[in-house]
Amino acid sequence: MDNNKNWIDQRFPLTKVWNEHLAEYYTPRNFNFWYFFGSLAILVLVIQILTGIFLTMHFKPDAALAFNSVEYIMRDVDWGWLIRYIHSTGASAFFVVIYLHMYRGLLYGSYKAPRELIWILGMVLYIALMAEAFMGYVLPWGQMSYWGAKVIINLFGSFPIVGELILEFILGDYAVGDPVLNRFFSLHVIAIPLILVILVFLHIVALHTVGSNNPDGVEIKQNKDKNGIPKDGIPFHPYYSVKDIVGVVVFLMIFTSIVFFAPALGGYFLEAPNFVEANPLKTPDHIAPLWYLTPFYSVLRAIPPMFGSQLPGVLAMFAALLILIALPWLDRSKVKSIRYRSWPYKVALTIFVITFIVLGWLGMQAVTPLYSLMAQVFTALYFAFFILMPWFTSVGKTKPVPERTTEH
Amino acid sequence: MKTLLNTTLSAVAAMVISFNAAASGAGVHLDHANTDITDEASLQRGAQSFMNYCSGCHSIELMRYNRIAKDLNIDEADMAKNLMFNAEKTGSTIFSSMPDKGAKEWFGTTPPDLSLTARARGTDWIYTYLKGFYADDTRPYGVNNHVLENASMPDVLWQSKQDKSEQDFNQEVRDITNFLDYVSEPVKLIRYEIGVKVLGFLFILFILSYLLKKEYWKDVKYGKWRAKD
Repeated sequence: MDNNKNWIDQRFPLTKVWNEHLAEYYTPRNFNFWYFFGSLAILVLVIQILTGIFLTMHFKPDAALAFNSVEYIMRDVDWGWLIRYIHSTGASAFFVVIYLHMYRGLLYGSYKAPRELIWILGMVLYIALMAEAFMGYVLPWGQMSYWGAKVIINLFGSFPIVGELILEFILGDYAVGDPVLNRFFSLHVIAIPLILVILVFLHIVALHTVGSNNPDGVEIKQNKDKNGIPKDGIPFHPYYSVKDIVGVVVFLMIFTSIVFFAPALGGYFLEAPNFVEANPLKTPDHIAPLWYLTPFYSVLRAIPPMFGSQLPGVLAMFAALLILIALPWLDRSKVKSIRYRSWPYKVALTIFVITFIVLGWLGMQAVTPLYSLMAQVFTALYFAFFILMPWFTSVGKTKPVPERTTEH
Repeated sequence: MKTLLNTTLSAVAAMVISFNAAASGAGVHLDHANTDITDEASLQRGAQSFMNYCSGCHSIELMRYNRIAKDLNIDEADMAKNLMFNAEKTGSTIFSSMPDKGAKEWFGTTPPDLSLTARARGTDWIYTYLKGFYADDTRPYGVNNHVLENASMPDVLWQSKQDKSEQDFNQEVRDITNFLDYVSEPVKLIRYEIGVKVLGFLFILFILSYLLKKEYWKDVKYGKWRAKD
């Protein structure tokens, strides 16, 4: 065994990598519930790739065949229904996990120096994931796939002068049809998963370079013992690997409950109109993207067309997404963790969470005057969180941050 | 921290409830179908009624005869003899006996395939629709429908409605609805059962993984990796 290891180590830094990233990667000892979601996100990524491989074997990316090929998977392929439900549930689970993972970052200031790059890489990952999910949702070629694709793709047509060109470039046609299905299949199966995997790798490399933040927002590397090991650190493996296994099992219990007992989850994970094949001549009564995209869809609808163009809404939507990248520089607080922050930040964060959820809810509803007004108010609140952040993170009295992590 | 978690969770719960309320409130009142997918006798009766009353015009082309026979414990030979009107082989998918051209001439439209109707519209919709016919002389077949205004379908169940007691008629409609629910997702018959087993397995795994974690973390609490200084 040792001989084999030597043989490999002389040719590949196996032991070095193992130690640097697992056995001697020192992690703060005080991780809580919120720190499960990073490893869970990797788990879901693996689940999606594995189930995706098998779905790809049976799916037909052809506008005439796609819809029935999904039902063929559901009915005639051995265990195809299970693979498909795991994949469709996995898509939503990915966003549940990612949203909680991002919220953790907001709670404990994980995006603050020296972790700005981790946050930016994470944000790019999040945007890539949205593209991946959107394109995947088009593939079953149901009514919502088709009309959702139409609404979203048409947004790109709102750019002045080049809009038409971009639209034709994306569509490969003058309307949503077979070429879109084909290229979305290619992007969904190869291009974006590849980007996701590379970005996850970079995200983790950046994280392991600076080390993990923790619920106290204390830099454990500033307090090392005589061997150079952080006094508040414990090796990731085996301590956090065994802890994460517990998290994985609990997650799988919730996940499989949905897969087996409510795969459509009342229309949240699989929408009823998507069980009708795409029909370009029949507009559904109500078109809404799946729940994870609806906060941004709400922002889009909140901004009225100006000068006969949808452009302001489209720009607002992209701004809502991209402004998150600036977070590390908008936050002026000297303190990272919510535990020691001043009360204005706590109030602002609470309002922001409510705002995000309400925007998500509004994005699923048909437009009424009241809902439009609400969407505008909450869109304003959404942007206010970022615009006012330099102010509310620098006022109010913060609590003193301890030198060392606290045990809870 | 607990408060934050609670606030978040309760907000999500409130959202789920209000969404469901909004989703179910569209337009016509629907009667509760009250079907039971585990009631095999009901599914068998539903299959029989479907083949007799519906399959003349409507296909369920995502479904195969032998799959129904297997899932609903119907003998394949019996199936072929008594319920297969439009096909030669039990492995075929289920098409209607009506040619498309004829359908256009007789009804002005092609009757829709019913493979996924229960998933797209819901069982309550099918149940209420089938019971929702009323006399209307302005329509070509003398009937109209409360649920789907100006439907081109005639009231094929009129004789049952006339001859049977209300309760029996409702049951017949319920059986057809139940059958269509099964047709829209055949694995519904087995996925609950498998789900219980999977959860049982995961529960045991949870206990073991928790004990493993606890054992290792003794090092962190009291042993080699306890808090220093």
